[in-house]
Amino acid sequence: MSLYQVQKFLYNLNREEKLQSRFREDKHATLATYELTDDEFTALASGDIGLLYVFGVNGQILMHYAAFLQIEWFDYLQLMRGGIDKHGPVRAGIYAMTGGGKQFAEAGKTGEES
Amino acid sequence: MSLVYAGILSHAPGITGRAHLAPNAAVRDAFYACLHKQAAEIRASEAEVLLVVAAEHFANFFMDNMPAYCLGIGEKHTGPIEDSDWLKIEKTTIPGAPEVALKIVKSMLKSVDLAYSEEWQCDHGIMVPLHFLTPNYDLPVIPCNINCQGPPLTPLSRVWQFGQALRQACDEQTERIAIVGTGGISHWPATPDSGKINEDWDREFLQRLMNQDMHKLLAYVDEEVYSQAGQGGFEIRTLIATAAAARGPGELQFYSAELPIFAVGCTVARFEITA
Ligand SMILES: [Fe+2]
Repeated sequence: MSLYQVQKFLYNLNREEKLQSRFREDKHATLATYELTDDEFTALASGDIGLLYVFGVNGQILMHYAAFLQIEWFDYLQLMRGGIDKHGPVRAGIYAMTGGGKQFAEAGKTGEES
Repeated sequence: MSLVYAGILSHAPGITGRAHLAPNAAVRDAFYACLHKQAAEIRASEAEVLLVVAAEHFANFFMDNMPAYCLGIGEKHTGPIEDSDWLKIEKTTIPGAPEVALKIVKSMLKSVDLAYSEEWQCDHGIMVPLHFLTPNYDLPVIPCNINCQGPPLTPLSRVWQFGQALRQACDEQTERIAIVGTGGISHWPATPDSGKINEDWDREFLQRLMNQDMHKLLAYVDEEVYSQAGQGGFEIRTLIATAAAARGPGELQFYSAELPIFAVGCTVARFEITA
C-alpha cells in the first residue's frame, strides 16, 4: 500500500497541464515513474474512482481527478458509494463516508440558470 | 489603519459549478445577491489589495512539504487548476501585490512562523470568491493558505495568533487592504455525504464568530469538529483568523442550509474593524 504515491501522482496531475497531456497520451509510462502496487496502478490507469476513494485518497484530490475525467457530479458520488459496496469502508484519511450511503442533495428538475 | 474591510464567505465549487442544478433558485439567487453586495462593500472601502485567507485543496502544497501557513508574494497567480467546465470559471491570471505581500510577511515573521511563495495556483477555494468579489480580476490579490486538509493541522489558538499578526502587519502598511476569510463551516465535501450540513452547529459557530467570543471559538477541538461538522469543518480556521484580524463584532448577512447541492451552509458576513 503506497497511498502517499497514489496521492502524489494525482496531486501532480491535477495541477500540471503538461502532465495531463502526457497521461492522456500514455497512462502506463506516466504512472511507471511512481512507486505503486499493481492494484493502485490499475485503479489509476482505469480511473476507478470507487477503489481510489476506498484506498483513502483525499477527497479534494479525488474530486479534482473526477472532474478531469469529466465524470458528472451525481455519477461521481455514486461511484464512491459503489466503491464502498464492493471493497468495504474507506481505509485511511479523513474523507470516510459517515452518512450510511444516503443521498443528501438532489438536482433541481428545471436546471434553471441564473 | 490600513485594514479597510474584513469579511467571510463560502467557497465550495458547487456554488459556481452546480448553479444550474440548484432546485431552490430563489435561495441561490439571494445568496448570489449577498455575494455581489459584499463585492460592492469591498469596492466602497477603496481597498487597493484583497488578501484572501483560504483553505486550499492541494493546488500548491502536498505532504512532501506542507506549511501550516503560507502567503503568496508573487507578481501574478493563476487558476483555477480544476477543469473549467466543471467549475464554470475560465482559466485566468490574477494580479498579485508583491511589494505589500513582502512587507506583510516581514512584519508577521516577528511573531508567526509562516511560509511564503512566489508561485501560486488557485483552486476553487480562492477562485469562487474572486469570481464574485473581483470578477474582472483587476484588484491585486494576496493569497494566503492555512492548511486545513493534511493533518496534523495548526491548533486554533495559533490560528488566532496568526489573525492578530495579520492585523498588526496590515496596520503597519499605508496601502488600503481588504481581508476575506473563506471556508466552510460544517460540511462533508467530496464524500458520498456531500450535501450533509449540520445547521445547528453552523449557527452556534457563527454566533460565537459574530460575537468575537474568542474563548468559545478556541474551545473547539478537532475530534469534535470532525464528528459534528465533518472534515470540511476544519476550515473554520480561515474564519477564525479573519475574526481575530478584524477585532470588531460581525454582522451575518446571509446563511442558508437550503442549498445542499452546493455542499455547504452558504455564508456571507462582515466584521467591524476596531482598534
Ligand atoms: Fe474547502
